[in-house]
Amino acid sequence: MKRIYVKEEWCLGCHLCEYNCAFANSGLTDMVKALRDKPIYPRIQVETDAGGVTYAVSCRHCTDPICVKSCIAGALSKKDGVIEIDHEKCVGCLTCVLVCPYGAVVEDGSGIAQKCELCMKNSCGTPACVKGCPNGAIVYEERQAVPASD
Amino acid sequence: MKHYVIIGNGVAAAGCIEGIRSVDTEGSITVISAENHPVYCRPLISYYLEHKTDPERMNYRTPTFYADNGVTVLYGRSAEKIDAKTRQITLNTGETLPYDALCNATGSSPFVPPMKGLETVEKRFSFMTLDDTFALEKAITPESRVLIIGAGLIGLKCAEGLHGRVKAITVCDLAPRVLSSILDDTCAAMMQKHLEANGISFLLGNSAKEFKGNAALMQNGETVEFDVLVLAVGVRPNTALIKDAGGNVNRGILVDDTCKTSLQDVYAAGDCTEYRDISAGTDKIMALMPNAYMQGHTAGVNMAGGAAVFDNAIPMNSIGFFGLHCHTAGSQPEGCEMFEEADEHHIKRLFVKDDKLTGFMLLGHMHRTGIYTALIRNQTPLSSVDFARLRVEPQLAAMGSAYRDHVLKGAV
Repeated sequence: MKRIYVKEEWCLGCHLCEYNCAFANSGLTDMVKALRDKPIYPRIQVETDAGGVTYAVSCRHCTDPICVKSCIAGALSKKDGVIEIDHEKCVGCLTCVLVCPYGAVVEDGSGIAQKCELCMKNSCGTPACVKGCPNGAIVYEERQAVPASD
Repeated sequence: MKHYVIIGNGVAAAGCIEGIRSVDTEGSITVISAENHPVYCRPLISYYLEHKTDPERMNYRTPTFYADNGVTVLYGRSAEKIDAKTRQITLNTGETLPYDALCNATGSSPFVPPMKGLETVEKRFSFMTLDDTFALEKAITPESRVLIIGAGLIGLKCAEGLHGRVKAITVCDLAPRVLSSILDDTCAAMMQKHLEANGISFLLGNSAKEFKGNAALMQNGETVEFDVLVLAVGVRPNTALIKDAGGNVNRGILVDDTCKTSLQDVYAAGDCTEYRDISAGTDKIMALMPNAYMQGHTAGVNMAGGAAVFDNAIPMNSIGFFGLHCHTAGSQPEGCEMFEEADEHHIKRLFVKDDKLTGFMLLGHMHRTGIYTALIRNQTPLSSVDFARLRVEPQLAAMGSAYRDHVLKGAV
């Protein structure tokens, strides 16, 4: 399946993906109204390593998702490879935040959990982080596993 | 065609069904369900009292879950006996049920210590099941004074659920602090203060020794008057079926990392089991819903002839009250070192021993905590990561570029 991957060598560390994510999932059509003077709760996080290299982290849509297995509300599920949260069922226990090994499930600012759903549920079409990245550092494509190395 | 039987219809059973079906789409699956409900999210009963969910949303799976998976559920029936030699189960109705592979997912039951005069209390409840919750809800009024025996996860979630629907809530516990199974004194004190600020009263290091109708005589001589009593002292694994069948049982049913019991073709999963906590290196009862699912799934795969192991279990809890959340995982072994960061509104305590993160307690700020949990679960040598950075904030940036490439550049 297609997933979001980052090319850290192209990442500028501009955090635009975080803003585009928050806007795409705000349900609003005006970016200024959606984001101005508000804390944002994006589903993608830009990290900086000790050497100053930046890259964005979002849900990996794991083959064997521990968040789905751990959800105490039956709110997380995997459909056609995409891991989704049913926001009506989520009670905000945050067990998914406790178990996601990549820190890709986060609280949404209102007390319940949210995560990247590849912009399948909003009106964006393609993932907003990919579409809005000014330097092509986030891509949406099919890839195979990279073996873990030491 | 194989015949699979699952005793119990909780989340471990749901995991078992999904595990079996990931390997075998043909075999028959029969679930014996003492409760007259399809599998539901047991920990959500307090959220139901708070009106944050309802019975429909509390269903763990879709309404067609059993039909989609070709499962027959025998509601309102329980297993009385397992004959592991003839591979047959006797039900409370006298019927017998043959199996090729069996999963005992019988859960746990509320433990009620002997307390004098308990039978004189008219309105007394446990807080484990949906039916307990409906009964409790029926008994309360806006004028009720509620006494909850037990300041653990169940008792305090009950208190939060009842808050705003009754006049007063008092929680007592023999332990000197709240949530004594998951929090240390410092963290428990912060949580207690927050609960008190929200109107919950505590009597700690103190419990009821005798009841006379609606009055509890406490161990310190005090008398507490109440209208409704909730017993949330603790739970005990339901082990009798396996024990009587000759299986190895300690406090819980002993299972290996394939979730097999000592009996041929008999597996066990969920709150009824005792299994290895890799953060402490000891076998424990870890009655936790995520682990129950993972055990059930593992058992199911193996029952169907696949090969699965659940060999990285740890205790872990995510729980919050009135907006103050806490995340705990792993253990604090003797001689571990503690790294702490704290202010008025948050505490972070990380426990390290032998170059491994063995556990943590976090209160107040829950962001990307799973990165810490994975360090415990994977037993990652801390010398292989930038632990000084990780201590400040959980982040993949501190895990090394090889790990990052593995996680971010390909499918995981």
